[in-house]
Amino acid sequence: MIKSFRGGIHPNDNKRYTAGMPIEIALLPKKAIISVRQHIGAPCSPIVEKGDLVKKGQVIANSEAFVSSPVHASISGVVIDVAEYPHVVFGKCLSIVIENDGLDQWIEGIPLARDWEKLNENEIKDIIKDAGIVGMGGATFPTHVKLSPPKEKKIDTLIINAAECEPFLTADHRMMLEYSEKILIGVKIVMKVLGVKKAYVGIEDNKPDAVCVMQKAFAGTTVEVVAIPTKYPQGAEKMLIKVLADREVPSGSLPMDVGVVVQNIGTVIAIYDAVLNGIPLIQRVTTISGSAVKEPKNLLLRIGTTFEEAIENCGGFIEPPAKIIMGGPMMGFAQSNLKVSIIKGVSGILGLNKKDINNGTQSPCIRCGKCVSVCPCGLNPSMLSILGEKDMYEEAKLEQNLFDCAECGSCVYVCPAKRNIVQYIRYCKMKNTVDAAKKKEALDK
Amino acid sequence: MSEIKSQENLFTISTSPHIRSEESISKIMWTVNLALTPAALFAIYHYGTSALIVLLVGSLSAVGFEYLVQKLRKKKITITDGSAFLTGLLLAMCLPPMIPPYMAIIGSFIAIVIAKHSMGGLGYNIFNPAHIGRAAIMVSWPVAMTTWTKLTPSVDVVTTATPLNILKQQGYANLIHTFGSAPQMYKAMFFGIRNGSIGETSTVLLMLGGIYLIYKGYVNWQVPVFMIGTVGILTWVFGPVGLFTGDPIFHMMAGGLIIGAFFMATDMVTIPITKKGQVVFAIGAGALTVLIRLKGGYPEGVCYSILLMNAVSPLIDRLIKPVKFGARR
Repeated sequence: MIKSFRGGIHPNDNKRYTAGMPIEIALLPKKAIISVRQHIGAPCSPIVEKGDLVKKGQVIANSEAFVSSPVHASISGVVIDVAEYPHVVFGKCLSIVIENDGLDQWIEGIPLARDWEKLNENEIKDIIKDAGIVGMGGATFPTHVKLSPPKEKKIDTLIINAAECEPFLTADHRMMLEYSEKILIGVKIVMKVLGVKKAYVGIEDNKPDAVCVMQKAFAGTTVEVVAIPTKYPQGAEKMLIKVLADREVPSGSLPMDVGVVVQNIGTVIAIYDAVLNGIPLIQRVTTISGSAVKEPKNLLLRIGTTFEEAIENCGGFIEPPAKIIMGGPMMGFAQSNLKVSIIKGVSGILGLNKKDINNGTQSPCIRCGKCVSVCPCGLNPSMLSILGEKDMYEEAKLEQNLFDCAECGSCVYVCPAKRNIVQYIRYCKMKNTVDAAKKKEALDK
Repeated sequence: MSEIKSQENLFTISTSPHIRSEESISKIMWTVNLALTPAALFAIYHYGTSALIVLLVGSLSAVGFEYLVQKLRKKKITITDGSAFLTGLLLAMCLPPMIPPYMAIIGSFIAIVIAKHSMGGLGYNIFNPAHIGRAAIMVSWPVAMTTWTKLTPSVDVVTTATPLNILKQQGYANLIHTFGSAPQMYKAMFFGIRNGSIGETSTVLLMLGGIYLIYKGYVNWQVPVFMIGTVGILTWVFGPVGLFTGDPIFHMMAGGLIIGAFFMATDMVTIPITKKGQVVFAIGAGALTVLIRLKGGYPEGVCYSILLMNAVSPLIDRLIKPVKFGARR
């Protein structure tokens, strides 16, 4: 038995909607709205103008910054607009709109065939950077940065995150079943770049078929495929490292501080495509699911496809949804409309009905302690929410480890008083950050 | 397509998480009420209608007072959440069966209006409301609180005292004599054929309810185990005729310990929030109970020991905090 992490919850995983649905290639979008902020880090600047003809795989926005990642055209066609459009995370963002010419033509030189074993680490890293690869689990941190840890940090272990602990999502699950060959090579490439001998693939044990396929694929390698206990938030980097490598990332530190790099399974597949075939990140597998969606599916979607068109691929809605979520129901972002488009980190689009999101009304804390026992970060969420309610955000930071909260939402899920604990925590963090910025400004003067 | 367009901007916006469990305060409170039901029904069988009246008057008047207070304070009426009913029921279960019903009503008033709502209502009270109510009646009408029914525990004895009373006033030998023999006494205590407060006598049914609450996750097993365990160990060590001569089995089933450990010391609002803190609470409450039973003027001390530990709960929470992830190594 593998020792699990402290705390965590067991929500209904609702994966039955799509777990058995093979990945389906979505219809080409009529137009692609491609945001220049597909990632964490510096936004890109458009390098095409209205009226330009672009081809699939062509770089359309770029940045000089190291912590950034170029953006490619996901379809061929004409640039019809470069302006602000709705964005799944930032509300609004500068985007490049391409009208599809229906030809789906690659730009010259793609795809190609390369022997990855002849490439050295830096060449591979450059390919990954140029292909615009970012963390596809949802964090969208540029992958080439993650693969370039400072020299003083000795990395000895690679962990492939295939836990997929968010309810509803099955994209990673399907990819493991269908792209095992790519995953095998992709993991080997990443191990070469990092110079590590040991790797783990962590899969929650509610996906026994995926565990089986992966174990077969990695048989005879130094990569250990581990079925880990199903428990949210198992897919959180720190929890995964704790369970697989038995290392606890110290508060305020990064996985590389304990010698570990974590990569998502989707990212590994994107690395395979880029390194072997020169294909940049222009599409991804996304789970379209939820009680309001007519035919839930796992779709291979082009970046820039609007939510509207993605859901049309699934036959639309059975009933008007009450909430549209980008990502999973525990940590995803609610969307106000369907005009938003897919960015590289969209692992799921959920349409939930009223019953699913019945959140009840908040009442005072009855100190039942459920939140304390489920908090994987070892905090007292009850106290944090009370401090937030009373606007005592400084005390929350100084005495209750405010900034150690990963906002996984486990406390909110279990709270019988239906308290908006994470919301209060976010408020406290924001107030402290604003205060710190003000203080710094005053000092600078 | 047109359908989708007409829906736009109608989606609910909020930050994550977007789903919640089915758990709710009323579900917890009514489940606790349900867990108390077997012992309450046994009490009616054991003591007759007088017990039924006290139970009804206690729980219903508590609900009534909650309604009045919330109406007066212009707050949302939450009488259906089961918490006031639970307070009233617990209070009634800790009263003698012969008590005049108006005293139960006054106890409910003190529990709900003074101990609960003057502190701010559910979630804000420092002390267990039911026990505050009981303590208030205890100091106001000590005679009514110590008058028991006539009971025939063994063939040749008729008594109107509780086992702890007999122990305090007549000693351990007389206690055994009252029941005939030690095994007979244990049997009577286990099934609840003895004198005592309405709901405290049936060890087996109270434990059944308590174990159900542990199974449902509303009670941490540590609290009853450590509290009852502490009483057992200490009463055994500090026996009547020297060290290690006590009768822990008797003490663990006597008085209000079982109902206190399973239903009062586990009241979420008034105990520490961490499991470690709850263990400290339970050991403290157990030790104080023994101190009062063996050295105090009262025969029983569960009610006061839990109230005293309630007072230090905030302090325990301040000293015992959860260990944050990444702080161990």
